[in-house]
Amino acid sequence: MTPVKEQFEVSSKMKTWSMVLIAIGIITFILGLITKGVSHNEEDKAVFIGTLMYNSIYWLMICNISMFFLCATSLAMGGWHIVIKRIPEAISTLVPVFGIITFVIFVYIIAVDHTHSIYHWLDKDAVAKDPILKGKSGFLNPGFFMIWTILTIGIWSILGHRMRKLSDKTDEAPMDFDEGKRFVWKNTVTSGLFIVWFTLTVGSTTPWFWMMSLDPHWYSTLYSWYIFGSVFVSGMCLIAIWLIYLKNKGYMPYANQEHLHNLGIFIFAFSIFWTYLWFDQYMLIWYGNIPEETIYFKHRVQGAYKGIFFMNLIINFVCPFLILMKRSVKRNYTWMTFTAVLIIFGHWIDFYQLIMGSIRKGDATLTWLDFGIASLFIGLMIHFTGKALAKKPLVAEFDPFLKESIAHHT
Amino acid sequence: MAKKKFVVGCFDDENVLFPAVKKVRLAGYKIHDVYTPYAVHGLDKAIGLRETSLHTAGFIYGLSGTSIALGGMSWVFVSDWPLNIGGKPHFPFPAFIPITFEATVLLSAVGMMITFCYLCQLAPFVKKHHFHHRATDDKFVMVIECTSKTNVDDLKDFLSNAGASEVNVQDAEANWWIGTYDKEQVLLKDSKPVV
Repeated sequence: MTPVKEQFEVSSKMKTWSMVLIAIGIITFILGLITKGVSHNEEDKAVFIGTLMYNSIYWLMICNISMFFLCATSLAMGGWHIVIKRIPEAISTLVPVFGIITFVIFVYIIAVDHTHSIYHWLDKDAVAKDPILKGKSGFLNPGFFMIWTILTIGIWSILGHRMRKLSDKTDEAPMDFDEGKRFVWKNTVTSGLFIVWFTLTVGSTTPWFWMMSLDPHWYSTLYSWYIFGSVFVSGMCLIAIWLIYLKNKGYMPYANQEHLHNLGIFIFAFSIFWTYLWFDQYMLIWYGNIPEETIYFKHRVQGAYKGIFFMNLIINFVCPFLILMKRSVKRNYTWMTFTAVLIIFGHWIDFYQLIMGSIRKGDATLTWLDFGIASLFIGLMIHFTGKALAKKPLVAEFDPFLKESIAHHT
Repeated sequence: MAKKKFVVGCFDDENVLFPAVKKVRLAGYKIHDVYTPYAVHGLDKAIGLRETSLHTAGFIYGLSGTSIALGGMSWVFVSDWPLNIGGKPHFPFPAFIPITFEATVLLSAVGMMITFCYLCQLAPFVKKHHFHHRATDDKFVMVIECTSKTNVDDLKDFLSNAGASEVNVQDAEANWWIGTYDKEQVLLKDSKPVV
């Protein structure tokens, strides 16, 4: 048996891997910038920015889900996640990092790029002629977009930071009854604030702004929930992968299959939730058959994106549904890793068709650029999560709910 | 059905119950069942029950629900009575999904409910034997089945020593129809922790 290790150390192998991935990413970025980013071909440029955009939004949102998970469980007085809570905490340190990257990309799109090939509503002449865009201009305008984006990313980061600071207290000294009560209350308040802000952003406005406004004439009331389902599943998969990695390395002494099983239940349930929203959105538009609505699905279902569109459904619904149905699979490291990686890839594809499907309607090929940029974000994610994990003990020794978590039984 | 003899031990605390369950199993007695006021986590593992196959049954019921709904609707709308509904194709797959989903849920829920009643031998006309009425209130009731080789007095002493606050012997009908679901138990041999 491997000895119990409570303090995470970044192994040299992990360091090399993250550096290699980041290096691949940076090389891809530079190559992409040279071949596509600065070219005079408007579509090439749009593809380059779109690739950066969907990757940064996707990885930002799934890292933010870690904090959402912590806050939601704290708010519900849940205790089972305490032994694994350092993992979501570490992943959520990525929110400011990816937030800044995303923000820089948006600043470029809104303020620097004058071709308006990404967001059609930025084109002032087009808006003036278009009654629909004019009607939406109170919401879809550069000023509001930028302020809301700063607020979104900023408040996610600040409240996340506060939650992590509160969690530091559980390493210091034992709490008596009153201190424990105060700790739980503070946690509840911060979690509550985060959940409210999360609902106002991921639950509604952020996907409208960042993604749905790529098709400014089209709208779907389900869209934000669809995005939430998508990123929640992937975020849970990310936590599961880290948990399995740490368990395999001999860390996380108190985490066991019961906790992995719970994560598996989340992944299974929210895969179905995602499918439910996917199908709702699709079927209502298909049945209504109104041209202004079906235009969104035209090239996705019948055009270039046909393959990706239906592969998306197979990877994100059929596979997790059939694989994760059995209890023993949710407790099996190999199967869980396989499913988690598959789902993260599947929802990455989903984001690809959501964003690139609106930017470049005619062609849907995943190229070196897509995988290279994704590897940049994965490398950063591994690097910063490892660093954050190494900073704190892996077991929150004096957490009021620790005992409940150790004795957890699924 | 023949009546069987059972030795019933009542425990006040689940912290006493768990070691007692282990001791009883190590001694080689056959636990018929443990009745508790609420679901005690980990007790099923401690008693050595095998995992229930109820969910497999549920999967099969769900699968039949899916195929009945999809098959039925496509037979009606494609071959038996094709209608032009709003210009939609005769096999409008997305429109069938909600009904298919509902039928799947209906069949698996009702089927699992009936299977559950069958496994627990519950039916309106069946009177089940209660080993102790306070099993639904605050007592943890362990019931041990006696075989021809069991020394009842020894077993009673054994249970008292294990912490039972009340021990008695009862005759009851264990099963009431053919093909019952007999709980399989693994014989616990070494002193490995069971929880």
